Amino acid sequence: MKTYDIVIVGGGPAGLAAAVAAKEAGNDSILILERDHELGGILNQCIHNGFGLHTFKEELTGPEYAYRFIKQVLDLGIEYKLNTMVMDISAEKIVTAMNREDGMFQIPAKAVILAMGCRERSRGALNIPGYRPAGIFSAGTAQRLVNIEGYMPGREVVILGSGDIGLIMARRMTLEGAKVKVVAELMPYSGGLKRNIVQCLDDYGIPLKLSHTVVDIEGKEHVKAVTIAEVGPDRKPIPGTEERYTCDTLLLSCGLIPENELSRAAGVKMSTVTSGPIVNESLETNIPGVFACGNVLHVHDLVDYVSEEAKRAGQNAVKYINDGCKLPAAEDKVIEVTATEGARYTVPSTINVDRMDDLLTVRFRVGDVYKNSFVSVYFDDERIMHNQKRILAPGEMEQIVLRKSQLQEHEGLKKITVKIEKE
Amino acid sequence: MYDVIVIGAGVSGCAVARWLSRYELNVCVLEKCEDVCEGTSKANSAIVHAGFDADEGSLMAKLNVRGNEMMDDLAKDLDIPFKRNGSMVVCIHKDELDGLKVLYERGVKNGVKGLKLLSKEEVLELEPNLSENVEGALLAPTGGIICPFELTIAMAENANENGVEFRFNTRVEDIKKGEDGLWHLRTNNGEYKAKYVVNAAGVYADKIHNMVSADKMHIIERRGDYCLLDKEVGGHVSHTIFPQPTKYGKGVLVTPTVHGNLLVGPTAIDIENKEGTATTAEGIDALTAKASENVRNLPMRNVITSFAGLRAHLEQHEFVIGEVKDAPCFIDVAGIESPGLSASPAIGEMVSEMLKEKMSLKEKENWISTRKGITRTEGLSIEEMNALIKENPAYGTIVCRCESITEGEILDAIHRPLGARSLDGVKRRTRAGMGRCQAGFCSPRTMDILSRELGLSYEEITKSGGKSNIVIERTKGEV
Amino acid sequence: MEKRELTCIGCPMGCMLTVSMENGEVVEVAGNTCPKGDIYARKEVVNPTRIVTSTVKISGGDKERVSCKTASDIPKDKIFEVMKDIDGALVKAPVHIGDILIQDVAGTGVDVIATRNIEIA
Repeated sequence: MKTYDIVIVGGGPAGLAAAVAAKEAGNDSILILERDHELGGILNQCIHNGFGLHTFKEELTGPEYAYRFIKQVLDLGIEYKLNTMVMDISAEKIVTAMNREDGMFQIPAKAVILAMGCRERSRGALNIPGYRPAGIFSAGTAQRLVNIEGYMPGREVVILGSGDIGLIMARRMTLEGAKVKVVAELMPYSGGLKRNIVQCLDDYGIPLKLSHTVVDIEGKEHVKAVTIAEVGPDRKPIPGTEERYTCDTLLLSCGLIPENELSRAAGVKMSTVTSGPIVNESLETNIPGVFACGNVLHVHDLVDYVSEEAKRAGQNAVKYINDGCKLPAAEDKVIEVTATEGARYTVPSTINVDRMDDLLTVRFRVGDVYKNSFVSVYFDDERIMHNQKRILAPGEMEQIVLRKSQLQEHEGLKKITVKIEKE
Repeated sequence: MYDVIVIGAGVSGCAVARWLSRYELNVCVLEKCEDVCEGTSKANSAIVHAGFDADEGSLMAKLNVRGNEMMDDLAKDLDIPFKRNGSMVVCIHKDELDGLKVLYERGVKNGVKGLKLLSKEEVLELEPNLSENVEGALLAPTGGIICPFELTIAMAENANENGVEFRFNTRVEDIKKGEDGLWHLRTNNGEYKAKYVVNAAGVYADKIHNMVSADKMHIIERRGDYCLLDKEVGGHVSHTIFPQPTKYGKGVLVTPTVHGNLLVGPTAIDIENKEGTATTAEGIDALTAKASENVRNLPMRNVITSFAGLRAHLEQHEFVIGEVKDAPCFIDVAGIESPGLSASPAIGEMVSEMLKEKMSLKEKENWISTRKGITRTEGLSIEEMNALIKENPAYGTIVCRCESITEGEILDAIHRPLGARSLDGVKRRTRAGMGRCQAGFCSPRTMDILSRELGLSYEEITKSGGKSNIVIERTKGEV
Repeated sequence: MEKRELTCIGCPMGCMLTVSMENGEVVEVAGNTCPKGDIYARKEVVNPTRIVTSTVKISGGDKERVSCKTASDIPKDKIFEVMKDIDGALVKAPVHIGDILIQDVAGTGVDVIATRNIEIA
């Protein structure tokens, strides 16, 4: 089997953007491994519009956005293998993969870019009581059935979870002739974009019940009814608030989980908050030469940010190879980046000033809805950034930008902290 | 006309069928569901009990110990995984230590080998994740773990290869003794006749029994809720950890499964509903609380699915296996609750011995005692994988990414005797869809394969037969 | 004076907007906390429009549905009429991104175009 400098695991938006960036940075030995029969990943089933406002300054549908990158991959002659499952990545960066034509094969790589994306939280993981009949789908599985395969899962629908996929599917099912009876959301706020609540639910008169969850599923063979109930501040159902909806379909849009089984097996260190790898300023994991980007690193709200992040991963992988695959600097040169008080995590988790670009975007999410609050950044104990925000919500990714010069000025800087402050 | 009709294709019915298949007999198994292992057999603790629980001298005790002894050879013959991981009854209150001794003595009398009482230190050394309050434990090295689907499916396939017929989606509605001296079984799929009937109908065994006998039977459906945890935490304990038993059963256990997950359960709630397999929040909360008494830091955030099963409980808490007094040639296999899975080979053996005597049966000359399971790709070397893929490229396509199940394995599951016809059928034979994403990724792909191989439209594909269709129609109609 | 209630989609704040109208003209927008809300409300009450995305049946291709969108916004109250035309349409492979699948859908003057490529099987 041919060897490659860079092996990219996953041909979705992250993998494609990383490949294009690596090629443009001057590397000609790149291979994308994609498990599906086409490139583009989950975007192919996201046929709604709203993608690309940042990247292309226009509103595209998912397949259109994906094709912009697929076309670049094709035009640049970047190699890829479809219908190929990566089975293992070793700490020595030997990638083991398999498909029908090549059988099982191993590729020793100088750099590996993890771009496997994420999966949806299943009914099982949510511990929803009741029967386990047909008719219960994660919203993304239903999306694939409706949009790619062209089949309807049912006619009367209840949706649990108001993540964007759930909201989008409420509209899709409605347009295809189904009756979406209610969207229930466990939290007192929606995890989806306001625009999707208005244009996917309000436009069609679909009620959104915040602080509600499913407490029973009826139907031995197929879903017959779903009961939802209001939950208290402890997120436990309040007796007496149950409402029963007859339906044949229950869609679940209750969170995404980065798909890091391969990373874990390779020995990549994980964040317990994001369920993604802990990375440094170069989006590099604890294994030198193994980079991560996109939803496998942390779940993004907009694909535009995935593309931007993946571009950096691709460029950094090339830089790593061009620098002779050196180990990162000793730990005393590393500045820790942490999140506290409202901010849940940061990507990256460490910065080596010598290796950072002139500007570095640090992304994070908040744990609750904050109105008229401040995003503060502390260099050790000194507050150096204090930006007022009218609103901060868990559904939206936030960012701050650090200047290299700023960090260089603070000699002996050990720790950068991001927090949300009332004043 | 059949010599023997077995009602129910659960683990007992399939064991009876497998053991009867060695004799010159026409045997047919009638099953109301679309596949084997659809009732009690599919949702239990997946344990091969050592045999110290059941009362001394009881049929339960006898068949448990015998079934346990038979399991190594059976697993080898049928090519299914079975592991003697050993079970432990732990004691967290000093005043209950006497209870362990009672169990120990009962076990010895029941013929359980290798039992040992452990001190606190010995227990914690073997199982560091047990509660620090543990005072001691009873260790039973012969306790084991097995996959109930594979055991049932393998026995059914082996029986089928040896000529036993299986009729699925066939529900017995009435049974009468005809003037011809035969049993006439009215079903939704026409009438079946047989000289002998074996009632292995699980929670419905009372309904079937009561069709032929004036001596009425009443089965209590005792529901048990379970949580299955990710393989990532499958090593939290290595033995099967039991609390001290109560009158409701063996209590909430924590055990690794033979496939490397962690299983927590069951609760015990009497419900009087033969189809009541709905889990409840109270049930799940209760089992978490119970299991946490014995096991520390139980990683419940790694739950990948929860489910409930029904035990076919009889008031007397004893297996009822034998000819019904007022219905000659009608044999009950009823009240098969725990340790039914463990006892199943012994149940098969016992019923076949009983019929052998009654019917003066002759053994088949060409009986096939072994069955080859699905060729598994898990754990194969690159060379072995490539040899397999060269022979059949379908082994090069991963369909279920969580459990690494290939298309080749799914094709094997569909095309073997009594092959899979639904998503659950594929799942139970191959484990595709049984992993952490719970079929979110592979179900459309498995549907493609089922549709292509069985000539079914997408709309005809079900989760588990009946009305469990996955999709209802095309968007915008057919092209 | 007529009053209409709206939720602003400009940002996650989701300001509740009250639009006062007289003879079909916007007199006042209240409840907004930034200029985005004012702009949104004026457009939304007078002429609400949407992009419609869906799929169209396709024959002879390697897939049986091709994803599509209205090439530009259509009036919001025409969504279901547009869907009726989309549901009834059948196109032949190959189809490429931007190809017109339905001209002047539901009399809106807007075309429905393909958003992905479907090659001949």
